[in-house]
Amino acid sequence: MALRFEVVGRFNRARAAQLTLPHFVCQTPLFMPVGTQGTIKGLTNNQLEEIGCQIILGNTYHLALRPGADLIDEFGGLHKFMNWKRALLTDSGGFQMVSLLHLADITEKGVTFQSPVDGKPMLLTPEESIQIQNKIGADIIMALDDVVKTTITGPRIEEAMYRTLRWMDRCIAAHQKPDTQNLFGIVQGGLDPVLRDICVRGLVERNLPGYAIGGLAGGEDKDSFWRVVAQCTAALPEDKPRYVMGVGYPLDIVVCSALGADMYDCVYPTRTARFGSALIPEGVLKLKNRAMANDERPIDPTCPCMVCKTYTRAYLHCLVTKDAMGSQLLSYHNLSYMMKLSRDLHTSIVEGRFPEFVRGFLRTQFPKGDVPEWVCNAMEVAGIDISSCCASFSPSH
Amino acid sequence: MRFAVTKACGGGGKARAGALYVGGGGGGGAAVVETPSLLLSTRKGLPAFVSRDLLSTLPSPDSHLLHMLGLQEHILVAAASDSVESLPESEASNKLGASFETPSGRRLVKPSEYMQMITSMKPNLWASLADEVPAWVTEKRNRISVDRTLRWLDDCLAVDLEAGKNTLGAVVGGSNIDERKRCATEASLRNVAGFWIGGFGLGESMEERLALLNAVTDCLPEEKLRYVSRLSLPEEVLQGVAAGIDLFDSTYIYHLTLGGFALVFPLDIVERDNWDSRTDIEGADCTKINLRATIYRKDTSPIVDRCGCFTCQNHTRAYINHLLNVHEMLAQILLEIHNTHHYLGFFRLMREAIKGGKFELFRQRFIKRRRAFLTAEAPCSL
Repeated sequence: MALRFEVVGRFNRARAAQLTLPHFVCQTPLFMPVGTQGTIKGLTNNQLEEIGCQIILGNTYHLALRPGADLIDEFGGLHKFMNWKRALLTDSGGFQMVSLLHLADITEKGVTFQSPVDGKPMLLTPEESIQIQNKIGADIIMALDDVVKTTITGPRIEEAMYRTLRWMDRCIAAHQKPDTQNLFGIVQGGLDPVLRDICVRGLVERNLPGYAIGGLAGGEDKDSFWRVVAQCTAALPEDKPRYVMGVGYPLDIVVCSALGADMYDCVYPTRTARFGSALIPEGVLKLKNRAMANDERPIDPTCPCMVCKTYTRAYLHCLVTKDAMGSQLLSYHNLSYMMKLSRDLHTSIVEGRFPEFVRGFLRTQFPKGDVPEWVCNAMEVAGIDISSCCASFSPSH
Repeated sequence: MRFAVTKACGGGGKARAGALYVGGGGGGGAAVVETPSLLLSTRKGLPAFVSRDLLSTLPSPDSHLLHMLGLQEHILVAAASDSVESLPESEASNKLGASFETPSGRRLVKPSEYMQMITSMKPNLWASLADEVPAWVTEKRNRISVDRTLRWLDDCLAVDLEAGKNTLGAVVGGSNIDERKRCATEASLRNVAGFWIGGFGLGESMEERLALLNAVTDCLPEEKLRYVSRLSLPEEVLQGVAAGIDLFDSTYIYHLTLGGFALVFPLDIVERDNWDSRTDIEGADCTKINLRATIYRKDTSPIVDRCGCFTCQNHTRAYINHLLNVHEMLAQILLEIHNTHHYLGFFRLMREAIKGGKFELFRQRFIKRRRAFLTAEAPCSL
């Protein structure tokens, strides 16, 4: 185990904690930007540090292709290669199974990909994935899991869940650096509570440094989504970090934090920036919209980031989707927003005002009181009273 | 705006060092920019890839001169054409206005419209609207371009609220020495702060250009600012400085960056006093390296050893090589920072050479070194 996880504040299931990793001491709940190929698209390391980024995610699949695991190893690890001084997390390469399925073939041995670079077959076994991740050297590494889309039904889900547990053991056996890299297990099982329960118990038995809830954020309905998160967070150990992979939208992060999750990652903030959308407390601001051409306000008057302190919506309107600078500035703002959200979650829990924060958040996002039902249900389980944010239920609802 | 020549190079040369003082309106501090200086090209107000917060890592106040729109503590200089996206289209220009090919189609800009833009942008310095023509037009067309440019200069000045205090009178004339002289002489009669010399970089050769530049500067008042557009390469800039030019804008950095190139030519030529032609050729360095090349895959050194720019202080050639291979935006950001830093260093070297009375020597050495590299074996550039 190469981490320390210390809960410093609570509200019912929600927790604020200090996560000490080899390269950095982090505060949770936290959001991890995705730096797929060894860089966050369009931002420099010092900009990331400025906005308060604690951990960034690197993608094993892409990095193994280019520049290659051996090269990174020669450089002394991804930290040295990209000159990132804080924490790194690498995923196993498993998600690409789902997103590039037409190129993949899954067997007990591992996953065969067809390399998109040169067409050659690439076999990713649990051993291989861990070996690559050992070379990359991130603070947290993920076990190779058999991921299935939540929209799939049938015996495949059960098969995948059991295989995930078997592969977990192979990952543990292959892991060469348990003193400097933390191997997290990933809970699978689709939307089936029975399967999820078996998976959680199996992983907890293996006494891992941390646990992830995988297989979500892939198109399932929100009602199923929160229930799986709630079930897993209830069953996973209190004293270890819980990472919901692929989440996501600010609303989802607030709900999951209320239910007891600690870490999140998603391409959404940076990707939506490249399409001209800015994240604001009220939701999303589409800067490409004609109305923005004359709007002299900053993206978000309450945001302290460099972009909001310097540029107006009108100016950004003429940059977005047309100039690289537009993507950069918007990515900067969106990630700033996510870092601020992380800090606000942590601080509000520590200062004993988490429910107020949640209510404020929901009121700003849903000024008409039309908070989605799934959020209401989730908050009820989380023990947070949001009745003041919701318009009363009417028959037409 | 105030400009003064602080040092003439002497020895028959026309190169001069100067100081450009731009008053700090709107809360920004007044800055003194030493010339010859490079204007950083911008597109829609910012450099192509270097955002505002990273711009502050570049040397100041060198990097504070911005071509087009800009930032409060920076100095803005506006001219009608942008060498990358809005090129003058002389065939479509007519007596009413100048035509430009822009990303949103061809646009005719009349002096009145141009002045509307200038009055709302309020740049520190601005060039009057010119009818720029390429080198191959007929004599008649060329003559017309000078007539129009002078007329438009008067039109612009007529509505200028500052009565020419921040105006750079445009000088054109194509490749015709007489027309160039005529335009320069006429423009000098107007009440302007300095001159913007256009019409270069549109088809004339470097050999022709020196004579044309000299013809122009000979007819311009010594004490006023001279700014020329579209002289990109170091050799071209050296030509311009030799002819007495003070300000330049260039697309060199932008094109280098897009191509994955990084400038590496040495910035210490003036210091090497015991210079021997033999050792110089042996030690012939590359001007630039193409970081896409596979030889940089494992190169752990910075682009240029001991370069103080953000890129060289933080990243290796190998990392940039990787970023270029995977088509990541960060590559262009890092390259634009380094290339800008390096090219500004080149300008600083020129200024030092002028102040030390050694400009001509510097120019000869620099050119010789570049040519030596071209004739020698060089594995480092593709």
